[in-house]
Amino acid sequence: MKKFTFVLNGRDVEALEGQSILEAADGAGVYIPRLCYHKDLLPGGHCRVCSVKVNGKVANACTMPAADWMVVDTDTEELNEYRRLIIELLFVEGNHFCPICEKSGDCELQALAYKFGMTAPLWPTLSKNPPVDASHPDVFIDRNRCVLCGRCVRASRERDGKSVFGLEGRGIRTRIALDSLDGLGMTALGRNDAAATICPTGSLVLKRVGFTTPYGARAYDKAPIGSEIEKKEE
Amino acid sequence: MGNTISALIKKYNGDSTRLMDMLIDIQSERGHLSDWTIDQIAKLLEIPRVEVEQTVSFYHFFTKEPRGKYTVYLNDSVVAGFAGRERVKRAFEEAAGCTFGHVSPDGLIGLFDTSCMGMNDQEPAALINEQVFPSLTLQKARDLVDGMRAGLDIEALKGTEYGDGQNAHPLVRSLVRNNIMRKGDVIFSDHAPGRSLHKIATMSPLQLITLVNTSSVRGRGGAGFPTGLKWELARKAPGDTKYIFCNADEGEPGTFKDRVILTELPMLVFEGMAVAGYAVGAKNGILYLRNEYRYLREYLERTLDEMRERGFLGSTVAGKAGFSFDIKIQFGAGAYVCGEESALIESAEGKRGEPRDRPPFPVSKGYLQKPTVVNNVETLCAVVKIVLNGSEWYNSIGTKESKGTKVISVSGDCGKPGVYEIAWGFSVNDVLRMVEATDVQAVQVGGPSGSCIGPAEFGRVLAYEDLATGGSLIIIGAARDLVKDVVLNFARFFREESCGSCVPCRALTGMAQVVLESIAAGRATRANLDAFTGWASIMQKNRCGLGQTALNPVVTTMKNFPGVYTALVPDGDPAINPGFDLAGAVRDFDAAVDRLGGGHA
Ligand SMILES: Cc1cc2nc3c(=O)[nH]c(=O)nc-3n(C[C@H](O)[C@H](O)[C@H](O)COP(=O)(O)O)c2cc1C
Ligand code: SF4
Ligand code: SF4
Ligand code: FES
Repeated sequence: MKKFTFVLNGRDVEALEGQSILEAADGAGVYIPRLCYHKDLLPGGHCRVCSVKVNGKVANACTMPAADWMVVDTDTEELNEYRRLIIELLFVEGNHFCPICEKSGDCELQALAYKFGMTAPLWPTLSKNPPVDASHPDVFIDRNRCVLCGRCVRASRERDGKSVFGLEGRGIRTRIALDSLDGLGMTALGRNDAAATICPTGSLVLKRVGFTTPYGARAYDKAPIGSEIEKKEE
Repeated sequence: MGNTISALIKKYNGDSTRLMDMLIDIQSERGHLSDWTIDQIAKLLEIPRVEVEQTVSFYHFFTKEPRGKYTVYLNDSVVAGFAGRERVKRAFEEAAGCTFGHVSPDGLIGLFDTSCMGMNDQEPAALINEQVFPSLTLQKARDLVDGMRAGLDIEALKGTEYGDGQNAHPLVRSLVRNNIMRKGDVIFSDHAPGRSLHKIATMSPLQLITLVNTSSVRGRGGAGFPTGLKWELARKAPGDTKYIFCNADEGEPGTFKDRVILTELPMLVFEGMAVAGYAVGAKNGILYLRNEYRYLREYLERTLDEMRERGFLGSTVAGKAGFSFDIKIQFGAGAYVCGEESALIESAEGKRGEPRDRPPFPVSKGYLQKPTVVNNVETLCAVVKIVLNGSEWYNSIGTKESKGTKVISVSGDCGKPGVYEIAWGFSVNDVLRMVEATDVQAVQVGGPSGSCIGPAEFGRVLAYEDLATGGSLIIIGAARDLVKDVVLNFARFFREESCGSCVPCRALTGMAQVVLESIAAGRATRANLDAFTGWASIMQKNRCGLGQTALNPVVTTMKNFPGVYTALVPDGDPAINPGFDLAGAVRDFDAAVDRLGGGHA
């Protein structure tokens, strides 16, 4: 594949043709905050947390291919303030009660909230308190914690060759739909499916392992989100 | 019954990219798309049921529950509100015996709201079983319900007072009126069908593109992209199979000119598609028509047949070997976002109308991943006239940077609502005079996604270089309550119409509605108002124009009419939040410690 360089946060970095700005930045050890992106999946472009400035204009880093004419800024005060607002909106769109959530400490949403200094959600909640579906022997889905990142939808299709998840409705009423009317237990979802463990939040979670690693010893308890990418730089 | 479903699916060769067509047909046969029906469709198409569910649940006019033998969709546009929609709504509710969002207990009548259906010059209007009932009154609503109770069919309910022009055509028979108030030199000038096709048959596609480029015609769908350049890009894109779409989704509230053009000049529109096809090297055209205009279907199909008979469509258009072009009609099912070109393509592929992130652009990867041009109805008509009269002629009309004419849709508080074809360069004041509007508080230019301007800006001119617009002008008289009658309605519109794919758009169209309601009710603080500034900037990060503009109604009224908001935000300690319900917040605690007394819980 052809190589080229572009300017990322003031320095020249290398990229491969076909890479998105986000992928190229990852390769260069620059972490662009993201939520719906997952390295094993096609990008979805849903959360808009990865928005960056390309030659002064807004662009979505996970879906925009990098190009040699680009001057990209990823880490400005303005962009981080936007990211904080987006995360805050996700907290009021759902119902995220971190202190009792299995995912606390491993949750990408929570980790981003810490990263951007969100304290308490300030806006009225939009949550409709959907019921939890625990009909599957090994996995449950709690849509209160779903951020509609679509990762489960894509993982099931792209990685597992199934179509267990989909979207239902539109706008603020959008929710994750299942390939069965009788709950998660009646779908083809398997415990070892990529879709079963790809959720960034505590929405789609494996049963009985939620507290194997205690609070305090989890991924983002040790290092803030993104440090695994930034470390590569050294 | 399983047979009808499989027969309908066979009609489309079991091709799941035709899912929209199948769902529309099956629903019109069975009244609704039940879970059982969805299962059958999925089985027959051999696709997961969730894929069918995704599409069904996206569109306003698809329903999983029965919506009555007669389904009334009453328009919920701002102008319908001006014209007394609330009273008509109550009359329907009283007569039918159910509230909106429900079906009468006997299953006969369903009452539902719907977003602007392109009838703003004849409100309040409703769609009933695919037919339009404009200019409703209390009495008409009651009579309609009586008719339904008496079992009248839809034709009998409609009566025979058909609208003007082709609305009275035997294949249309519609009560809709055109209200063409002014004909200009381009779109509504006389037209002899087919002549432009014979003319381009003597030109090479490149010559044609050069002609369109020198005319400087730009897209009339809102974005104003140069048409010649779009065609050139699609022509150069690799591939043998290419597509031309005519965008007749016309969902921007307050716009209805495409309906009038399609009613009066369908051949001109189709001819424009064939011209585009010749330029680009596309053999297939698709008219994406909003479901609200389904009453035009037979008439448009017949027009296509006639064009085939006359050699304007088919394998040798205008007698030229190798010039092959044909057109089919793709209906939507109720989603404003499907007017956005990449959402329109997704929808035509049978999917949810979720816009795509670009690049790739449709000109390189569009419908079925093939190079695709999407043009507005009016753009395609203008091109035919450019072919016939030349680019110099076209350049002599309009302003320096905006050539030609624009068909505008005018509605709201004025004497003569309707469709006007004007040269670019008219000022808002010129328009207000022309449409006999007096005592104007504000004009909503370009629909809710455009801007709401006050008298200080009425000197501005309609042109790409000043007030660019897809052509919707809603006139808001002095007596209207800007926040309650206009901004809140638009907020509701965007909340209903966001596709929900991007977080800022989905969450903020939901949030704006909640916060605006508290502002309108005098329960908000300055901080609530100021929040919109930050929110408006994250909206810029959304994928498509809907989300990027969804807060425009608030933002532009806050800028141009700050007084209406300061009047609603009570003075006082900015740290005190009047919207906070202290008693409510501590109610559970008070109950637990038995402090409520007197059974107030
Ligand atoms: C939410 C949204 C709705 C739109 N609706 C329409 C529409 O109904 N008709 C239309 O022609 N263009 C509409 N557009 C613009 C189209 O995306 C596209 O730019 C246009 O069809 C291109 O045609 P033109 O170049 O001839 O204007 C819409 C855009 C957005 C973002
Ligand atoms: S369940 Fe999890 S993975 Fe699926 S959309 Fe919701 S947050 Fe994303
Ligand atoms: S901006 Fe809104 S309507 Fe457009 S793609 Fe995003 S969520 Fe959908
Ligand atoms: S990570 Fe790019 S949009 Fe979500």
